[in-house]
Amino acid sequence: MTMAELSSNLLYVAFVAYLIATFVFGGAVRGNKEGSFKSEGRWGKVAFIVTLIGFLSHLGYFITRWAATGHAPLSNMFEFTTAFGMTLVGGFIVLYLLYKTPVLGMIVLPVALLIIAFASMFPSEVSPLIPALQTNWLAIHVSTVVIAEGILAISAGAGLVYLLKVVDMNKKSKQRFWLEAIMYSLVVVMGFVIASSYFSLTGYQADFTYVNKDGNESSITYNMPPLVGMNEYTSLTEGAMEPFFETPAIINASKITTVLWSFFVGTILYWLIRLVARRRIAAIFKPFVKNVSLQLMDEINYRAVIIGFPLFTLGALIFAMIWAQIAWSRFWGWDPKEVWALITWLFYAAYLHLRLGKGWHGEKSAWLGVVGFAIIMFNLVAVNLIIAGLHSYA
Amino acid sequence: MGKMQCKCGHVNPPGTILCESCGRSLTEEEQNKKLADMRYEGTARRSQTYNKSIIDKIWNFFSSVKVGVSIIVILLIAAAIGTILPQAQYVNVPVRNDATIKAYYADVYGEIGKIYHFLGFHDLYSSAWFILLVGMLAISLIVASLDRFVPLYRSLKNQRVLRHPSFMNKQRIYAEGPAPEDSMQKAEEKLKDLKYKVTLDKNGLLAEKGRFSRWGPYVNHIGLIIFLFGVMLRMMPGFYVDETLWIREGETRAIPDAPGYFLENKNFTMETYTGEGEDAKFEEAIDRVGTVAKNYQTDIVLYQTPEESLPGATDELEEVEEHAIRVNQPLKFDGYAVYQMDFRQNELRAMTFDLTNKETEESLGSLTIDLVSPEKSYDLGNDTRVDLLGYYPDFSGFENGEPQTETPIPNNPGFLVRMFTPETPDGEVSFIVIQNTIEPLGENQYKLTFQNAETRDVSGLTIRKDSTLPILGLGGLIFMIGVAQGMYFNHRRFWIQKQEDGGLVLAGHTNKNWYGLKKDLDQVSEFASLPPYIDQQEEIEKQEKLEKEQKLEGDELS
Repeated sequence: MTMAELSSNLLYVAFVAYLIATFVFGGAVRGNKEGSFKSEGRWGKVAFIVTLIGFLSHLGYFITRWAATGHAPLSNMFEFTTAFGMTLVGGFIVLYLLYKTPVLGMIVLPVALLIIAFASMFPSEVSPLIPALQTNWLAIHVSTVVIAEGILAISAGAGLVYLLKVVDMNKKSKQRFWLEAIMYSLVVVMGFVIASSYFSLTGYQADFTYVNKDGNESSITYNMPPLVGMNEYTSLTEGAMEPFFETPAIINASKITTVLWSFFVGTILYWLIRLVARRRIAAIFKPFVKNVSLQLMDEINYRAVIIGFPLFTLGALIFAMIWAQIAWSRFWGWDPKEVWALITWLFYAAYLHLRLGKGWHGEKSAWLGVVGFAIIMFNLVAVNLIIAGLHSYA
Repeated sequence: MGKMQCKCGHVNPPGTILCESCGRSLTEEEQNKKLADMRYEGTARRSQTYNKSIIDKIWNFFSSVKVGVSIIVILLIAAAIGTILPQAQYVNVPVRNDATIKAYYADVYGEIGKIYHFLGFHDLYSSAWFILLVGMLAISLIVASLDRFVPLYRSLKNQRVLRHPSFMNKQRIYAEGPAPEDSMQKAEEKLKDLKYKVTLDKNGLLAEKGRFSRWGPYVNHIGLIIFLFGVMLRMMPGFYVDETLWIREGETRAIPDAPGYFLENKNFTMETYTGEGEDAKFEEAIDRVGTVAKNYQTDIVLYQTPEESLPGATDELEEVEEHAIRVNQPLKFDGYAVYQMDFRQNELRAMTFDLTNKETEESLGSLTIDLVSPEKSYDLGNDTRVDLLGYYPDFSGFENGEPQTETPIPNNPGFLVRMFTPETPDGEVSFIVIQNTIEPLGENQYKLTFQNAETRDVSGLTIRKDSTLPILGLGGLIFMIGVAQGMYFNHRRFWIQKQEDGGLVLAGHTNKNWYGLKKDLDQVSEFASLPPYIDQQEEIEKQEKLEKEQKLEGDELS
């Protein structure tokens, strides 16, 4: 087994361990009906050990991949996102040790699973570093950011648990709508994973030529049936489906197609779940969060931010500026990724001022935690894939 | 509003809520509260006291947290809008000016692009309103900090050990009751063990720990202000140099804005990953994406003119150092840094032609034209010579019969020549561009035949000097210190007083982490047998919850 193979096998082990731990955590919380915390303690401990095994294996993936590539495995979409999944679990482990909260594991681990699955949809072969990335600052800057984001995501996890308990799913309200929207968006990510896996396993490919925004002829390969066509496209693959419509040159219709398929599959999946469970997804979690201490969730939400925020400042702004000064001759250039790091930072600064200055505790804080995670995910997904800039990884 | 004298005799500044000295409530509103408002120690904040003059109003505006957060949120949204379409600086246009950039947005992004450009979002981060917003944030940082810091500092400095009972029983952590004779001494001992600073006065005790954490927010705001000040300083001349230097292989050029320094480009290299040997592990990735750059490098020699030489003299250059400038490895000297930013490969350097007879194809000799500094005339001997009448490095066509050049870079050189041979002593005029010869004044006997061309690479270097970097670094450092100071430490205080009847009264306060405070107090209580304490906040919440439930039940019954 080569180092690279060992590395990807360890990642599989981690994935399976997280999957098992999710259910054991769920069982631990569910099994304790009378508010007795006995079974929660016992099964919680089992689940935590399984999580720990998964995390060590994940760490093993990281180290062996580092050895295989010769550089910190944080240089492209697959590597960064996989590491994000790892720090998310790492953040959970730290907070579990502080607060012993199995319910948090039940929420955070599935999100980590989704993130790892999402990551593996991107090319994962060992890839070389372009000159700008050939420095130790890659490891320093990106690892600090990914750790900070993992911890900040825990704040959202605790916020989500808080909201699942507090929001009344039987009464129509804005809160109910948005909470369900969060659940739906997680299912859409699942839709993306299912659609990508299906079309990649069946080896789908459709080639097109099109006219790009500079007026030159280019070619593109779709890996999903083309719902939307590129600007003035010509199909090269026989028997490929005819796109429904054509887009202007500035839009990458292949990416739009992927998004549409994700929503299509995700929506079907969402309604399947709803029909089978005969309730909203957020309501399915109600029995699991019955015994949750809201005060504790609020505390974890805040604690994660006060650990994550300084780390984020250090990694995403200070280290980033030092490296940018060395590599690009300026510490700040309003590149989209830089701007979104600043937006994330400003957002958490606002969170802290609202919490400490305006007394935004509890539910308001929980919503802010979730919005913060949404901004982080936007910076990871949309800024890398849609808004092109210096940080384009994939 | 006048100064407020407390019953204890202390004179407080107008607007004070809790007496700085004894802690008595000074306002009626405060007196009716169950718990004292300890946020800023009940001090008189300017913004809460005066609201008459324009200055008061401005002060109050900027000192408000609500306003501060609003500015943050507006900045955040504005910054996001700036990422919808690329900023003008990242747009690729052949010739850069307002008109071409405007046209670019309209051509590439259509109607949306036009609106985006019209609203000025293409250059959002240097727009006046964006800078104004940042400026307002800076003012808010300063005003809000001063408004809180000054009175808080005064109050913590003036605080007395003995507090009025009304202050004590309005603290969140409160205890009263009988206690053994030696509890005060034991409490003092234990508190000192726990690293509290203990002060005694008559029958009272004040234990305090981590007061410096109260300054955390103000320290981190100072850090931010220093950072923003550093950024502002960049606009002043002399603090900041940003120049581009295109330098060809073999050339020596003066470094712009670095007087006395010269750079020689020895060699430019660009390497790509081969996918073989050491790079074999990357083969799959290279197959998928095509070429991947491995290295951009300019080997240079840095020279300096001796101090006594005349400005601009280049004949006596002294070598300072040799360096390979690579991405992430700039050349550094005397506060300057030179970066590898760009390159052009295979720029034409010289072209060699043969002067040939068109009929016999016999050559009368060859000439090499240096495309950077061509000569006026090339003598081939035997009464044969070629005069260069005009040189157009980047020939772009004719205008009114005159050849034009678009740029001074030899991308498409054109030569207007007059050829003299023994057969044609009056000379024949010919215009030569790559793969084409025009004979404007009639059929010629001779022509210049292209033989070969020499090329070389050009390095695009950026020269920077940024004297504000230490200031920015200092700002960042202070910010981080302030954040850690305010977030990871907390200010804990206990007041204990012995009553005349021998019982004790105890109050505790912390600015955050009540759990930690209680853990400390548990230890002290156990050791010194203090009366049991209650968390009045929790009591109030419990009470409210109970009332709510009773009300709900009542509603259901009725």
